[in-house]
Amino acid sequence: MDWFLIISSGAKIAIITFGIILPMVALCSLAERKVSAFIQDRIGPNRVGIPMTLFGAKKDIALLGLVQPLADGLKFLLKEDFTPKHVRKFYFWLAPALVLVPALLTVGVIPFGSSIQVLGKQIPLVIADLSIGPLFVFAISSLGVYGIVLAGWASNSKYPFLGGVRSSSQMISYEIALGLSVIPVLMIFGDMNLGSIVRFQDANGWLLFPAWGSGWTLQRWILLIPLVISFVIFTVSIFAETNRAPFDLPECETELVAGYHTEYSSMKFALFFLGEYAAMIVGSALIVTLFLGGWSIPFGHYLGLGAADAIGNWWVGLLHVGCFLTKVAAFIFFFMWVRWTVPRFRFDQLMRLGWIFFFEIALANVFLTALILMLVK
Amino acid sequence: MAYTVPRPKLSLLERTYFPTLIGGLKITLGHFIRFVQGKGKVTMSYPEEKWDASLPEHYRGAPTLVTDEHERERCVACQLCEFICPPRAITIVPEQIPAADKFAKVEKRPKAFEIDMIRCIYCGMCEEVCPEQAIFLRKDYAITGTTRAEMVHDKTRLYELGGIREGLVNKWNPLK
Repeated sequence: MDWFLIISSGAKIAIITFGIILPMVALCSLAERKVSAFIQDRIGPNRVGIPMTLFGAKKDIALLGLVQPLADGLKFLLKEDFTPKHVRKFYFWLAPALVLVPALLTVGVIPFGSSIQVLGKQIPLVIADLSIGPLFVFAISSLGVYGIVLAGWASNSKYPFLGGVRSSSQMISYEIALGLSVIPVLMIFGDMNLGSIVRFQDANGWLLFPAWGSGWTLQRWILLIPLVISFVIFTVSIFAETNRAPFDLPECETELVAGYHTEYSSMKFALFFLGEYAAMIVGSALIVTLFLGGWSIPFGHYLGLGAADAIGNWWVGLLHVGCFLTKVAAFIFFFMWVRWTVPRFRFDQLMRLGWIFFFEIALANVFLTALILMLVK
Repeated sequence: MAYTVPRPKLSLLERTYFPTLIGGLKITLGHFIRFVQGKGKVTMSYPEEKWDASLPEHYRGAPTLVTDEHERERCVACQLCEFICPPRAITIVPEQIPAADKFAKVEKRPKAFEIDMIRCIYCGMCEEVCPEQAIFLRKDYAITGTTRAEMVHDKTRLYELGGIREGLVNKWNPLK
């Protein structure tokens, strides 16, 4: 057994889950409130900081409300964990975990940095370097629907039930568009390993920005047409998959109270919340990885900040991680920005968009890409 | 005949939904950027910033009693305010002014005058109905207390808040 591999993998899992994803989820909940406030010309949470008054001081230190997620988390932990009498207990308890776990599992195959040197060994910054990256992500993330359906069904009341039904039909519909829209990308790379996809983009220009390496070819720039279509469909499908506005029909407040998590309280409710945000982070990470070059720094090849430069240079590795997180954060901001701009779709519009437009366009896009790949050399 | 409202004819580009989507995103981003630059702020952070300076003249705050320039209580305990008060916040116990008093001519004054500030709805009817202009709504709005008893303003507290109001009462003013 290679003990170094096991220990480094364990360290990576612990650092990514507890050091990156969960704090990011917490910050996301604050960022969402802040972004929504700013867009609506409000201030947003700005009071929670270090409670100096508890220690006898005159004033609290507000810190721009950055401690708000901690207060929210504490509140969720300390609230009564109420289980209504009429629910199916086992599934009721199982559902929140089933929402969170798939979202966190998919993080495993996403490369969040090139590689970093520790104790004289080069460690690739991805937990599992699978050669079927996107397939694994789709397979696992589609399991998330079970949590929502189970929550809706086990709650044994009508609003959660309707939410669960809606969510299952929505997620299944958009899975098709999601899968089909990513096929052109895989055709261009001819590879399913997310790590090598990013390394290719690092050397030869991002898919949507082929401006260096072998990116200056006629083929790559003509391929932008199908790629932009695919990018739009993929992004919108990710919105639908993560139940984000404008596709948040499973939990739309105006019709269904809170949808599938109506009957949940305290930490179990928080798990749904965590799951939604984790899914959003993973979705953004996937978009960034496939279309926008993952951890690669633009023109990093020439600046001496490419993948090869990370060998023996720990700070370049860290810079790559930082670049990846910046891109993901930008995308998360985009998610929030859209949420506070676009009103919710009607359910028939949602289905029409998924089945009549995206499915067909994504399918035609595959053929278009194939034609371009064949004709333009 | 029913009239059918003609729907606007959308062009193909408009039907793709993208122009409106981008227009909406522009608007929200504009608000976001303006707010981050500190321009669009409309919220008043209440306990730190207060609106006291910009309260209008007619602001209806806590009702108070006033004395005139000779330190005479203007209230003659007619109890009109007590009767008109919609939430019945006012309680008055009248008494006769003893003959030895220098204001004995006025005959009546309140022995006790209490306004329950938990009940008060700041409607200003007491001020409007008062024939002697003895009760006025001031600009105090943050009336708080930790007990119910603390929230009942008695006579001394009401005069303390109201202070002295000079000038002729309207009903004796020929110009009004």
